[in-house]
Amino acid sequence: MGIEGVGARVARKEDKRFITGAGRYVDDMVVPGMKHAAFVRSPHAHAQIKKIDVKKAQGMPGVIGVLTGKELKADGIGNLICGWMIHSKDGSPMKMGAWSPLAFDRVRYVGDAVVIVVAETKGQARDAAEAVEITYKELKAVVDASKAMDKGAPQIHPEADNNLIFDWDIGNADDTAAAFGKAAHVVKMDIINNRLVPNAMEPRAALGHYDKAEDHYTCWTTSQNPHVARLVMSAFYNVAPENKLRVIAPDVGGGFGSKIYIYPEEIVCLWASKKTGVPVKWVADRTESFLTDAHGRDHHTHAEMAFDKDHRILGLKVETQANLGAYMSLFSSATPTYLYATLLSGQYNIPAIHANVKAIYTNTAPVDAYRGAGRPEATFVMERMMETAARQFGVSPAELRRKNFVTSFPHQTPVIMCYDAGDYAASLDAAMQASDYAGFAKRKAAAANKGLLRGIGMSCYIEACGIAPSAAVGSLGAGVGLWESAEVRVNAVGTIEVLTGSHSHGQGHETTFAQLVNERFGVPLDSVSIVHGDTDKVQMGMGTYGSRSGAVGMSAIVKALDKVEAKAKKIAAHLLEADEGDIIIENGALKVAGTDKNVPWFQMALAAYTAHNLPGGMEPGLKETAFYDPSNFTFPAGCYICEVEVDPETGVTEIVQFVAADDFGNIINPMIVEGQVHGGLAQGIGQALLEGAHYDNSGQLLTASYMDYTMPRAGDLPSFKVSTSNTPCPGNPLGIKGCGEAGAIGSPPAVINAITDAIGSNDLAMPASPSTVWAAIRATKH
Amino acid sequence: MSDVSLMVNGKRVSGAAEDRTLLVHFLRENLGLTGTHVGCDTSQCGACVVHVDGKAVKSCTMLAVQASGSTVLTIEGLANGADLHPVQAAFKEHHGLQCGFCTPGMIMTATDMISRHPEGLDEATVRAELDGNICRCTGYHNIVKAILAASMTMKGSKGKAKQAA
Repeated sequence: MGIEGVGARVARKEDKRFITGAGRYVDDMVVPGMKHAAFVRSPHAHAQIKKIDVKKAQGMPGVIGVLTGKELKADGIGNLICGWMIHSKDGSPMKMGAWSPLAFDRVRYVGDAVVIVVAETKGQARDAAEAVEITYKELKAVVDASKAMDKGAPQIHPEADNNLIFDWDIGNADDTAAAFGKAAHVVKMDIINNRLVPNAMEPRAALGHYDKAEDHYTCWTTSQNPHVARLVMSAFYNVAPENKLRVIAPDVGGGFGSKIYIYPEEIVCLWASKKTGVPVKWVADRTESFLTDAHGRDHHTHAEMAFDKDHRILGLKVETQANLGAYMSLFSSATPTYLYATLLSGQYNIPAIHANVKAIYTNTAPVDAYRGAGRPEATFVMERMMETAARQFGVSPAELRRKNFVTSFPHQTPVIMCYDAGDYAASLDAAMQASDYAGFAKRKAAAANKGLLRGIGMSCYIEACGIAPSAAVGSLGAGVGLWESAEVRVNAVGTIEVLTGSHSHGQGHETTFAQLVNERFGVPLDSVSIVHGDTDKVQMGMGTYGSRSGAVGMSAIVKALDKVEAKAKKIAAHLLEADEGDIIIENGALKVAGTDKNVPWFQMALAAYTAHNLPGGMEPGLKETAFYDPSNFTFPAGCYICEVEVDPETGVTEIVQFVAADDFGNIINPMIVEGQVHGGLAQGIGQALLEGAHYDNSGQLLTASYMDYTMPRAGDLPSFKVSTSNTPCPGNPLGIKGCGEAGAIGSPPAVINAITDAIGSNDLAMPASPSTVWAAIRATKH
Repeated sequence: MSDVSLMVNGKRVSGAAEDRTLLVHFLRENLGLTGTHVGCDTSQCGACVVHVDGKAVKSCTMLAVQASGSTVLTIEGLANGADLHPVQAAFKEHHGLQCGFCTPGMIMTATDMISRHPEGLDEATVRAELDGNICRCTGYHNIVKAILAASMTMKGSKGKAKQAA
């Protein structure tokens, strides 16, 4: 490892622009002639649109255009789609209802876009939006998935009877029933995974520009995957063919999943730009983000776990209702199925599993992947069950887990996944040591002396990342392949550009990807530029989500670097009149091993471009492309231990210690990896203690601002103790597993296990707000 | 429309703005100073913090006309030429930012916090004083670390400056 190579704690290259205010986010973009858009949104959760009157709005100052869904349809713009086909257990395909980018006959959630207004200024667009008169006939709404299939519940889409999108299962029901038949103990729980709003700090935004002379569109958008956006807008929404549509995702202020999807606004801004003849920019305000960004989680689950007399797990049965909201977002069907139920084996040997998932429409914002995407839901089920089982059996939660750990690899679970490598006991031991688990009883007694209830809870999570082998996901219903691309361009002066299909929106790719190049060729980080986020520069890519940029994106770069290295060595061997096999790359030069003969890297590069003296038949230039398709998922895992103090008088919980011990495989930049864990932990602890999206029965979102939705703030969180003990991933050339989601996946059950340990009640919903905890404490006393 | 005249980052600037224009929009749209961000509608997130007459202010809580006549410092004016301000340097060194969106507001809040606590800062104070700034990426861990480190650096440099004097 060099000082800038793989494994080094290199400060980030991209920071300079962010700390000096020179970042370039979509809202910072200005295009000549650009005007501003505001959307008129449904104030009702469910209603028929009887009439839209835009006359008054059209006459308002500064108004350039007021456009409706009927005009959009007339121009052939298509409906939004879900790109992952799930079949119900009876073999029938999922029931996807129509989602027009602008609603024209019916609205299905508060915030559904109905009209776009384009005006000279943002203020004028908003004023005119207020003047659009829409007559609605209100319909009954349902917001709770557990009630949406009841008799008499409103029918949200004609395609989905009883609002049931699919009724899917995985695993083996007969084997599982047989396992329960042999059980000495059965643990049963009803578990709710609360609904969350992702809340990237940069609100979503889109700037659409139609160039009439070229018949060409450009879209600047807050996207985690601009190429997928272009593909989908081109192939399904009829915005424009791919060669006439450029999508740019510049600096993007956080995503956490919510910026994977293609939303109505970018489609409508592009279309409106053509209709009005001006570039159209829209930036969400925070309440619009709350109302219309895809939400996360919202599962209701009943789970049963069977154990033998020695407390070894025999089987697991899970029934989950997943609320998908009013429309099926782009990957909404995959999140509660293949990203959830395939992880229900946890870190454990479980011979038989059967899970059933019902996906249900409600009159709420669409629900899709949010940091962790299905895996936090699975982990919460597993780790609440394990903790509860340990309490019921009166055994150590750590030892119950240890007894059931998978210890030999590869390990085939009953739910598709084949774990390739791991050492779960190592993470458990590391976390127990770092948290001074053995000394807990003393600390609990000290807290009791202060009148505080101290509790400790753990969570041993596993996740599947690096999503995924294209053929495998294709066979499971994915509409896309999940490979990644890379292009490495060595310039004539030896500097290097790496073009990647991954997208950085906080992950630090400009640094870590460059470290990879430095490690290989010794070129200083400053001479390596990472290019991403522009479909005109990078040919194709699948973007960043599911902790895949390291395992998949960087593996593609490795493949391209392999090709560059091979050609560079050929050139050097020719220049040095040596055998290609004797060339090594060291300290910025290509050398003949064991001699002092060498050619500096930049001279080799120059030779590639002057082409005066290349090996016979070799093409000039030095640029290579690679596509990498993984052979398996990767399986990061770890153990988190949370310690809390609860004030029984107020129900206020303080996290007094949080320990994370992760196995991420090999690590490129430990500083960045730790930062990813910290951020994930904050979101997971936020879910456990603070955050929750609440709709009233009429479908109004009650938590639609930072005054109402409790975001974790600095004072809500402790400093974290994080460490890693790594087993390299055998599935990719770098041995990387991925680290982006672990914190959000592993932490909620650790927090809830700690609080329930403290208060002596196992019945506690998330978020465990002071009033919820206070009520739970009171309930134990009656 | 009203005339707005300000000293921003050491330069005198003026322009006309609608009476309802917030200071943050004037900075971003009239002056092109897009380092100051808008992250919410309720003055909760702190992405828009700038210094007005030496004090940290959420520039979404102030009308541009209200600020007229004031001296404003934004993130773009914090560094001394090519030399980063110690708080900027500490955010980079301690990985106190990820997506960068909340960062300008965080840094402007932090510089104000440090200057109000010449005696130095501890973790609990930093966390309490960051209450008006939301970050979704970092879990605050490294932001707190960066602010504590910058506070130490600035205390040290002041001490040295005093000694030299």
